[in-house]
Amino acid sequence: MSLCFELSEEQKILRETVRNFAEKEIRPICQELDEKEEFSVELTRKMGELGLFGPFVSEKYGGSNMGYVSYIIAVEEIARVDGSQAATLAAGNSLGIAPIYYFGNEEQKRYWLPKLCSGEMLASFGLTEPNAGSDAGASRTTAVLDGNEWVINGSKIFITNSCTEISGVCVVQCVTGKRPDGKNELSCILVPNGTPGFTARPMKGKMVWRASNTGELIFEDCRVPKENLLGKRGDGFHQMLSTLDGGRLSIAAMGLGGAQGAYEAALKYANEREQFGRTIGSFQSVAFKLADMAMEIEAARWLLYYACWLADNNRPFVKEAAMAKLYCSEVMHRVANQAVQIHGGYGLMKEFFVEKYYRNAKLLEIGEGTSEIQRIVIARQIGVKGGDWWTGVTKQ
Amino acid sequence: MDIIVCLKQVPDTEAEIRPTPDNTEINYEGIKFVINVYDEYAVEEALRIREKVGEGTVTIVTLGPERAVESIRTALAMGADKAVHLDDAAFLGGDANATARALAKAIEAMSYDIIFCGKQAIDDDLAQVGNILGEFLNLPSVTGIVKFDLSEDKKKATVQRQIEGGIEVLEVPLPAVFTATKGLNEPRYPSLPGIMKAKKKELKPVKLGDLGLNEGEVGKKGSLTQVLKYSLPPVRGAGKIVQGDTPEEKAANLAKLLREEAKVI
Ligand SMILES: Cc1cc2nc3c(=O)[nH]c(=O)nc-3n(C[C@H](O)[C@H](O)[C@H](O)COP(=O)(O)OP(=O)(O)OC[C@H]3O[C@@H](n4cnc5c(N)ncnc54)[C@H](O)[C@@H]3O)c2cc1C
Ligand SMILES: Cc1cc2nc3c(=O)[nH]c(=O)nc-3n(C[C@H](O)[C@H](O)[C@H](O)COP(=O)(O)OP(=O)(O)OC[C@H]3O[C@@H](n4cnc5c(N)ncnc54)[C@H](O)[C@@H]3O)c2cc1C
Repeated sequence: MSLCFELSEEQKILRETVRNFAEKEIRPICQELDEKEEFSVELTRKMGELGLFGPFVSEKYGGSNMGYVSYIIAVEEIARVDGSQAATLAAGNSLGIAPIYYFGNEEQKRYWLPKLCSGEMLASFGLTEPNAGSDAGASRTTAVLDGNEWVINGSKIFITNSCTEISGVCVVQCVTGKRPDGKNELSCILVPNGTPGFTARPMKGKMVWRASNTGELIFEDCRVPKENLLGKRGDGFHQMLSTLDGGRLSIAAMGLGGAQGAYEAALKYANEREQFGRTIGSFQSVAFKLADMAMEIEAARWLLYYACWLADNNRPFVKEAAMAKLYCSEVMHRVANQAVQIHGGYGLMKEFFVEKYYRNAKLLEIGEGTSEIQRIVIARQIGVKGGDWWTGVTKQ
Repeated sequence: MDIIVCLKQVPDTEAEIRPTPDNTEINYEGIKFVINVYDEYAVEEALRIREKVGEGTVTIVTLGPERAVESIRTALAMGADKAVHLDDAAFLGGDANATARALAKAIEAMSYDIIFCGKQAIDDDLAQVGNILGEFLNLPSVTGIVKFDLSEDKKKATVQRQIEGGIEVLEVPLPAVFTATKGLNEPRYPSLPGIMKAKKKELKPVKLGDLGLNEGEVGKKGSLTQVLKYSLPPVRGAGKIVQGDTPEEKAANLAKLLREEAKVI
């Protein structure tokens, strides 16, 4: 009796609630927000009221302590309707809240988490730089201790949730010195939005996640108190890897939810659209596409839930998180592709919901570690012997 | 202020409803169930009153099979304080009278100032349980309210009903039964913390024996009416597109069809 696929009653109610919410509050306006490339403070607040920020955070800091399976069901259900809102939610949680929750000291947690968990404020995670993407350890942004302050110089790029009206703080990965082995010492520092010397500006013209906020950050002699260091000095690289492990679960959830949404649209369309005097779903080539979509989604779902179950039970989940991220995002890519195909010419039009899934799928194969990087992580985890440079992308 | 909300679990409005092969019952297999939408307004109103008054309890009372627990928990997650579940096979399959009798018996033993029901359940569409409940409890009852105001002294309520062409305003002494309809409020979503709290709230199962009723008084056996059969509405035929090159021609063809085919003019 130890293998159990039944969701708990709370998880069922949660899924139902978030699905209703996404259908009623997000679906009617998400196409327009996508078209206008507009971030919605209102929807973010509403997701906050629902308690979707901080599902893995303890009640003491304003979370709901529901765990990873529940968190991932929430992201999945939002992504089923809209990738952009799911991105706001997933990044807000996995990249914004998580590092502060897992590595912050008591004071930092008490100060930031309640505001972040209520959805009134967003935190972002500043890792990627123009010249440090997949090679995240190659950050060049520096932080130098000057008396009681860190002085930060450098820039970050593609940072989700970093420059909205309600963006409150960025966890910035900085080079804070040299390690004994000659490598850069990396540390994460909390930099509140609005700190002099810190500019954040939105990056426009995205193909994906158009209603999610992405910013470019510039630090010019930006000073923050010494106490803004997150965890210990030199722990930045480890914190980053661990944050990305959790983040991968939420990217996977976006793949799963997005695939589900595109599949449902395709199934409905195939049962309604008639050509050659019958519904197109009655043609075997269309029916088989739908069968494959359903099968892949089911496989993706249980791989992801398994990875979340490991996380909830405090077991190692690095390999499974990478596998789930890779598989769910590639499943969404294939499913969205076939969903557009089944819609024929209409699938290419904005009026028909599926083109958005087709675009959004691509991000999932790039963000929080590209598909290639996931394969490196998995290869290392399963014991393939590699070069030294692998330690730059995987846990040592 | 102790407020009771009668809540029913019903099939989702989008569910495809079919009778069983012998047409005497509904085939519920594979169907998704939700809180009856009018009952959601009832729950929301009860919560708002409790929040406004600043004290009291909101108790959910549900008659239904085991699966109804999920809907009860959802109402608890919205913020209701506790629940009573009339959970006995003997209660099932009853008409409005039998259902109201069981509910009344359960509610009798409880403390209440206000009882809310939904205007009707969207599955059987009877719209009778609230009133009959009022009769059994010997309370005034008002159907289909769209506004509820509690008096200063909390001893009466001023409520509004939508009637043909306008609004009717009534004053009712409490306790009383009110049935809620669309327009009363916008129900909240249960929040994640609410869902977690709901797990720990009291949900009391009640059996036939607990109410001091016998089998002949409730459920199918205690009903004054019996369902003979269910049937699906006739399948609607395909629509017809009226042909014609100009609006005038189309109008002429339409008139012709209405006269000759539909024979309505
Ligand atoms: C919308 C959006 C939101 C984002 N949000 C955030 C955020 O909130 N915070 C943040 O820090 N970053 C964020 N990112 C950045 C994201 O994590 C990076 O884009 C991603 O890690 C890839 O880095 P890159 O774009 O520099 O590509 P590169 O690293 O330059 O990769 C280019 C190509 O080379 C391949 N490649 C690189 N190295 C290897 C290798 N060793 N072996 C095989 N192939 C390799 C890659 O797989 C890829 O195909 C976001 C990006 C986008 C688009
Ligand atoms: C940008 C654009 C430009 C266009 N330009 C022109 C133009 O200049 N002139 C013009 O006349 N048309 C034009 N078209 C229309 C285009 O040719 C049609 O979209 C295309 O033929 C598909 O038809 P449909 O969109 O109605 O899809 P459908 O025919 O409805 O097909 C939907 C799905 O069902 C599948 N399907 C249908 N029948 C079968 C079957 N028997 N067996 C298996 N699968 C089947 C299809 O392969 C597809 O996956 C254009 C379309 C676009 C998007």
